[in-house]
Amino acid sequence: MTRELHVKELTSIKKEMKDKHRSLMVKKFRSNKLALTGAIILTIIIISAIFFPLFISSSPYELDTVNRLQAPSPEHIFGTDNYGRDLLSRVIYGARVSLVVGFSVALLTALLGTIMGLYSAYYKRIDGLLMRISDGLMAFPAILLAIAIMASLGANTTNVIIALTIVFSPLVARTIRSASLVIKEQTYIEALKAQGASTSRIIWSNIFPNIISPLIVQATFIFADSIIVEAALSFLGAGIPAPAPSWGNLLYDGKTVIFNAWWMTLFPGLAIMLTVFGLNLFGDGLRDLLDPHSKSKK
Amino acid sequence: MNETLLEIVNLKVHFDTEDKRVTAVDDVSFTVNNGEIVGVVGESGCGKSVTSESILRLLDEKHTNYEGEIRFNGRNLLSLSPKKMREIRGNDIAMIFQDPMSSLNPVYTVGNQIQEALMLHQNLSKAEARMKAIEMLKLTGIPAPEKRIDEFPHQLSGGMRQRVMIAMALSCNPSLLIADEPTTALDVTTQSQILDLIKSLKDEFNMGTIIITHDLGIVAEICSKVVVMYLGQVIEEADVSSIFETPLHPYTQGLLKSIPHMEGNRNEKLYVIKGKVPTLNQVPPGCRFAPRCEFATEKCKVSAPILESYGERKIRCWNFKEIQESSIQVNRGETLNA
Repeated sequence: MTRELHVKELTSIKKEMKDKHRSLMVKKFRSNKLALTGAIILTIIIISAIFFPLFISSSPYELDTVNRLQAPSPEHIFGTDNYGRDLLSRVIYGARVSLVVGFSVALLTALLGTIMGLYSAYYKRIDGLLMRISDGLMAFPAILLAIAIMASLGANTTNVIIALTIVFSPLVARTIRSASLVIKEQTYIEALKAQGASTSRIIWSNIFPNIISPLIVQATFIFADSIIVEAALSFLGAGIPAPAPSWGNLLYDGKTVIFNAWWMTLFPGLAIMLTVFGLNLFGDGLRDLLDPHSKSKK
Repeated sequence: MNETLLEIVNLKVHFDTEDKRVTAVDDVSFTVNNGEIVGVVGESGCGKSVTSESILRLLDEKHTNYEGEIRFNGRNLLSLSPKKMREIRGNDIAMIFQDPMSSLNPVYTVGNQIQEALMLHQNLSKAEARMKAIEMLKLTGIPAPEKRIDEFPHQLSGGMRQRVMIAMALSCNPSLLIADEPTTALDVTTQSQILDLIKSLKDEFNMGTIIITHDLGIVAEICSKVVVMYLGQVIEEADVSSIFETPLHPYTQGLLKSIPHMEGNRNEKLYVIKGKVPTLNQVPPGCRFAPRCEFATEKCKVSAPILESYGERKIRCWNFKEIQESSIQVNRGETLNA
């Protein structure tokens, strides 16, 4: 009975400490202007990508050849494109495509890169193999490699995600590997071995939690990068196939009429810029927040 | 009570480097009994840490070759499968590391880390492991263990962390504790507290203990037997009082003379054993200590002495009897002069 009480008391102390820690993190995050700005920009973009289509009536595919290439007006805030489709809804739907691609790529590369990085940090032989493969992959410019993969897989959204995952995984693997190599040499890993911990336990429950911060930061940057590369791929015609409204496709459509209809390039371009800007700010802020070694100069 | 717990027989540890093989531990033998504290002393690089790490087989086995035997409770540890070895680590043989600052994982609370070993080896439930962890922390003299258990390593001081390490090492009641320079990183007062703790825990659990150190003060304080190592070899083994009263090997004598004294003339130069420990690549052909030994003869330079028994003690030196006699004469001379 007393023992139960004791345990209860302890858990409440523990919870209190956790809460304290959490509120400290929130406070730190709020005082970090970079991360906050980035987070606000991203939240606006994500919320509009999710909820805007519920409020705007015009479909991104609805053709209206009479009103083609209309300048921005109260009726079409972003104007219309060369088929008379509403540009605002196309940009918003494009956000959905870009964000889904970016997020999936960030998630998949984080997963793949973490596995690659952790195991190559731990096993010399795997290291030799995996790191030479990543060297090879990283020797290609990202865009070229992505185009080559897309060319062999065929153009659709899933393949864009696959291609970008292949392109970006080595970057994550590198980051994770170097971070894990540092952790692996710490005495507490040797102490764990001396305690009889198995290899997978050491890798996953002891090295992994120590490399989560660089992983999150890296994943944010990959998110941003893959939005850019996806747009570039679509712009070049090797990405999301038309008529799906990806930002790259919109830019491509706008290219031919750039001198007659500036809005067709301006708005998708702005959308890409803002999203990537927001992500990079967020990533920088997160790095300052999570990595004690790279405190921002004040 | 005094059963043999660990018996190291002619242990050799070779490291294969890219171009050649280096023998870091060469023919080391000693035993540890239950309830006995054995001190392993020697300069940096003499193989004491390698010896201790090979007991737990913590060295990278791809580049390490063992010869000889390490018998623990009758089983040869060197021939066990990695899985069996894992069961022994932490459960039967535990180890305390030199640097308490980096011996704990910063992302987990200390309680979490103590519990991990308990849940792994003793199949305790989480709540039971937690109670036991608190108990262990209390045993090592950490105040308010109920609160400390939920703190992260960075919230604790060095002495506290070393206590946590000890609590962790002792949580599964190991029969052998290996302490690799357990107090080097700590200040003197904490150091003596930790040593007292190890001593009392040894009495309580009748645990065999190996203390690896270069601090002869620690040896004098808590060890019952001393193994002196030089360049991968045991050069002298004796009980603690004989080592300090009548060191036989010139190296042991040198070590003892090198201890700075609290009293006396400050301007007096400290005693230094001349020369440096040679690297393992250039081991002298004869006695390994010969190039630095003031008593070395021609014989010492060509042929290597073996570790021979001398009463209760063991010694690896050709001339120790003559040296002992000469040192007694000097002592007598000194007395006469005074």
